[in-house]
Amino acid sequence: MTRPRTLYEKIWDAHVVERRADGTCLIFIDRHLVHEVTSPQAFAGLRAAGRTVRRPDLTLAVPDHNLPTTPRRDAAGNKLPIADPESAAQLAALEKNAPDFGIRYIDATAPEQGIVHVVGPELGFSLPGTTIVCGDSHTACHGGIGALAFGIGTSEVEHVLATQTLLLQPAKTMEVRVEGDVGPGVSAKDIILHITGTIGAAGGTGHVIEYTGSAIRALSIEGRLTISNMAIEGGARAGLIAPDAVTFAYLKGRPYAPKGADWDAAVEYWKSLATDPGATYDKVVVIDAADIAPSVTWGTSPEDVVPITGVVPDPASFADPSKQAAAAKSLAYMGLEPGTRMQDVAIENIFIGSCTNSRIEDMRAAAAVIKGRKKAGNVKWAIVVPGSGLVKAQAEAEGLDRIFIEAGLEWREPGCSACLAMNPDKVPAGERCASTSNRNFVGRQGPGSRTHLVSPAMAAAAAVTGRLTDVRELMA
Amino acid sequence: MTPIEKVEGRAIPLGLKNVDTDVIIPAHWLKTTTREGMGKGAFESLRADPGNLFDRPENKGAPILIAGDNFGCGSSREHAAWALGDLGIRVVIAPSYSDIFSGNAVKNGILPVVLPQAAIDRLMEVAETDPIHVDLDTQTVTTPFQDRFAFEIDPFRKMCLLEGLDEISLTEKSGAAIDAYEKKLDAERPWMRPAA
Repeated sequence: MTRPRTLYEKIWDAHVVERRADGTCLIFIDRHLVHEVTSPQAFAGLRAAGRTVRRPDLTLAVPDHNLPTTPRRDAAGNKLPIADPESAAQLAALEKNAPDFGIRYIDATAPEQGIVHVVGPELGFSLPGTTIVCGDSHTACHGGIGALAFGIGTSEVEHVLATQTLLLQPAKTMEVRVEGDVGPGVSAKDIILHITGTIGAAGGTGHVIEYTGSAIRALSIEGRLTISNMAIEGGARAGLIAPDAVTFAYLKGRPYAPKGADWDAAVEYWKSLATDPGATYDKVVVIDAADIAPSVTWGTSPEDVVPITGVVPDPASFADPSKQAAAAKSLAYMGLEPGTRMQDVAIENIFIGSCTNSRIEDMRAAAAVIKGRKKAGNVKWAIVVPGSGLVKAQAEAEGLDRIFIEAGLEWREPGCSACLAMNPDKVPAGERCASTSNRNFVGRQGPGSRTHLVSPAMAAAAAVTGRLTDVRELMA
Repeated sequence: MTPIEKVEGRAIPLGLKNVDTDVIIPAHWLKTTTREGMGKGAFESLRADPGNLFDRPENKGAPILIAGDNFGCGSSREHAAWALGDLGIRVVIAPSYSDIFSGNAVKNGILPVVLPQAAIDRLMEVAETDPIHVDLDTQTVTTPFQDRFAFEIDPFRKMCLLEGLDEISLTEKSGAAIDAYEKKLDAERPWMRPAA
């Protein structure tokens, strides 16, 4: 009888091309997603060495990080130029590199364009049990459908383009089990913020985290993608959620997903991937879903999480002296005083979007709170950025865009937007943003910007009240 | 990649924990299609302070950086390693690193040394006035004051750094094994290829 294995171990074992004496393995990569920011140097490297792309059929390129989220065509249907010359050059490089190397490319104006981590699952390009890489740390996202997916650097992008493999050391395994039912107003984002606050920003370093338990099983695919997306914020290069009937129903019929008899064979295989009874993890964390409130960050690390009903912590309250120092620095940057109620913090900017929270369910959750209300007067800038053209079309078909626009929010074109201060969508210095993105780092949304990470419903609540708000109060 | 064996010189005593790659190099510096010149944007938010560690005359061109836990967390941007390299940094010493950053560092000839916090505290003190010596071959960090700290490193990473190896050339030697894997995959799970 074979040893019981975890989901991670099963996927790993199925992808070993070669095992070296020191335990390093050459791992086959099933899917490679490419965007404009981390690929130009990799393609240049291939050219310099006279190398080709080994498996262009397993590679998909789509621009997302640099793209402005303003209209991409004029009224006559002509493509609009990108004003920033450096962004334009980087986008032009991808537009040229993809066909030069025979890679499928989704153009900035195509209906399927979007954030690479929204596009992959949505098109069925990302599948359970596959290995997926991309030059972006939020590749962890695809773990939500049961793929072993992780971010890589540009040297590794070049390595995968050239060889369709990576040399890797096996990771340790960690189980984060969330049992029970979450209360009203608590979304997948609140679950992952709570987890990150519990395990810390380095809690999963060296590990792949498998999220289990009834609260995880109860989530839709959109919610599971949100959870796994932020595995990296807990230090884990990859997150995983076992594929199940919810996963299969989500993927069936998507353009790149298997069809007919292939589909049946695939489902059969995917069902075999779940962690075996008796398999053990190197680390286990158990969380009671009932303990999770709508959550918000106060500092400049994603581990700086409190319930919305809480207060800004006193740095002296942390046991670790280095955390005390870090918290004091964070509070100075954030312009917050210990003891301030989170609900008393005024907000000038709202960002609803990013690979964490820009799928249709996120749009619906935000719209449900916004509906029939208006943006608060002190909120200067509030944008809603769907994760892809397909999400945008679906939201418009449901009339969600009208709800946002009528309330005074802007409805934008798909892209990474204000998550990372690379395109024109930025938060001004010294101003706060209630943001559905994944990182509250110093300067992440623009130099001097102050980010409070929240769920889509919580961002919507802040938009209508002009301060961080317990969304449950607006749900009554 | 430039091989690395012994590095001696000034160490910048940064010491902070959770230094993320957005702090090492903010996103607006990533709009380039080359690897060069990233040092200009390195630690931009910290260097906005005129008294910052990086721009002190004695730290110019320092080959070593000392940091706290979880160095290089966040974004996978290899630009962080390019930026450090462009500043002249060949060695980072910290209690822990993000997994992606430490891989990126090694691929760019930067040695991520892992030492316990107590050793970091001592090296931070020494770095204020004196140079630090790092020897990858013997896996030790030493100071002019007889301090000697041994560190562990993955043998494959050590070999790559000592020899300045190009990993792609190395993997291409396994071409036959990759061919065999692809063949087996197509036979056993043909549906793994994208349908459309």
